[in-house]
Amino acid sequence: MRYVEEFRDPVAAKAVLAAIETVVDEIGATAEKPVHIMEICGGHTHAIFRYGLDRLTPAGIEFIHGPGCPVCVLPMSRIDECVEIAERAEVIFCTFGDAMRVPGTKKSLMQAKADGADIRMVYSPLDALEIARRNPDREVVFFGLGFETTTPSTALSIQQAAREELSNFSVFCNHITVPPPIKALLDDPHMVLDGFVGPGHVSMVIGTHPYDFIAEEYGKPIVVAGFEPLDLLQSVLMVLRQIRDGRAEVENQYARVVPEHGNPVSLAAIDDVYQARPSFEWRGLGEIDASGLRIRHAYAAYDAEEKFRVGYGAGPRLVAEPEGCACGLVMTGRIRPTGCTQYGTGCTPEMPLGALMVSSEGACAAYYQYGAMMTDDPAPAVMEAAE
Amino acid sequence: MCLGIPGQITEITDADRLMAMADVSGVRREVSVACIATGALQDLVGEWALIHVGFAMSLIDEDEAAKTLEALRGLGEAQETLEAMAEGDAALEGTQ
Repeated sequence: MRYVEEFRDPVAAKAVLAAIETVVDEIGATAEKPVHIMEICGGHTHAIFRYGLDRLTPAGIEFIHGPGCPVCVLPMSRIDECVEIAERAEVIFCTFGDAMRVPGTKKSLMQAKADGADIRMVYSPLDALEIARRNPDREVVFFGLGFETTTPSTALSIQQAAREELSNFSVFCNHITVPPPIKALLDDPHMVLDGFVGPGHVSMVIGTHPYDFIAEEYGKPIVVAGFEPLDLLQSVLMVLRQIRDGRAEVENQYARVVPEHGNPVSLAAIDDVYQARPSFEWRGLGEIDASGLRIRHAYAAYDAEEKFRVGYGAGPRLVAEPEGCACGLVMTGRIRPTGCTQYGTGCTPEMPLGALMVSSEGACAAYYQYGAMMTDDPAPAVMEAAE
Repeated sequence: MCLGIPGQITEITDADRLMAMADVSGVRREVSVACIATGALQDLVGEWALIHVGFAMSLIDEDEAAKTLEALRGLGEAQETLEAMAEGDAALEGTQ
């Protein structure tokens, strides 16, 4: 397929891997003293394991898996709120398939569906709009989930619903933004990071400038990357060269898709429909200032939180994690997935305890699926041993 | 969640709602072109775009794709040169 196969060429990959090896040697990085590179996006985490890039690259590189999997960072309380909305008799609850098996404190959406709730897996929020058109006597709620990549799709769907005066459509908004958690991680004095592979599809919406603070204020390199194996390898090489040369810049490896200033239509739609919440709860990271979006009052008729009086503002927030679940520690790089006592025993993709085992973009699911289960290495991956 | 796939716009299906047919890896799917419809809609036919959750999110820049592939090829050539140099050194020292 065009724009895919060219970026999977094994001969070219060999050349990039050789160049990576050279730069790692020049830096003097070793298995004992590796450079720590965080891939922010869950799609990149998945690709790294799928193509075995963690094994192909030299031992002097340690990949740290970032918080960029929206399903994984969703707190259990939000799943409970989904179930509460979905179990109302008049509701058809539409969601991306990824979210179906994430455990809530009582049940997952999958279990709620088995118990009789009308929950439908859709490919696009436009599918939910169409379901609303065809079911005027039902309330159709779309579970709006995801980073800046996905936010324009729900913003444009809400705008379309408003144009059609479709009064039975609303969005349960859980959209989150990439820069605030990166800042939170960089502010953690125990976090050791030498550079970032930046999220390609988030950046096609927001452009590359929202990452300027990473280079300018924190002195760390970041390279916005595509999702094919050659994209990732080339981006890692670009990060390594910056480290070797003592540079800290925002570079764009994925220029075929990512314009410097992002997509103006998407940004305008996001700004029209959404505003930042004062703070939003992230699983494993806690509340982070201005990291989540809510629907503006002008579009309150399309806001499921307003319509059904659930979520933020409806009462005290319940913060709960399942017993023995170490998702938070994995998410912040304090342990590897294999360092969790539940990994592969009490928590598997079939019977997940935590969200990182549910989504294909979660670090635990990627480890499990691509054979890292036997890795006997519970040592802290990135945290300094100083504390 | 943030996955996107390149697809080619084949026809405009609903100009009012900014909808078009896209060929995504041989599968036809109607998508919104709202995000990439900055000029005449008809001009989008034949263009490649990154498709995500039913929306064409960004036009794929053919020149930039070529530049990236060129840089990758350059690495391959550099690697060949380096290997040739190493071979040369080995030949000089009689260790080949």
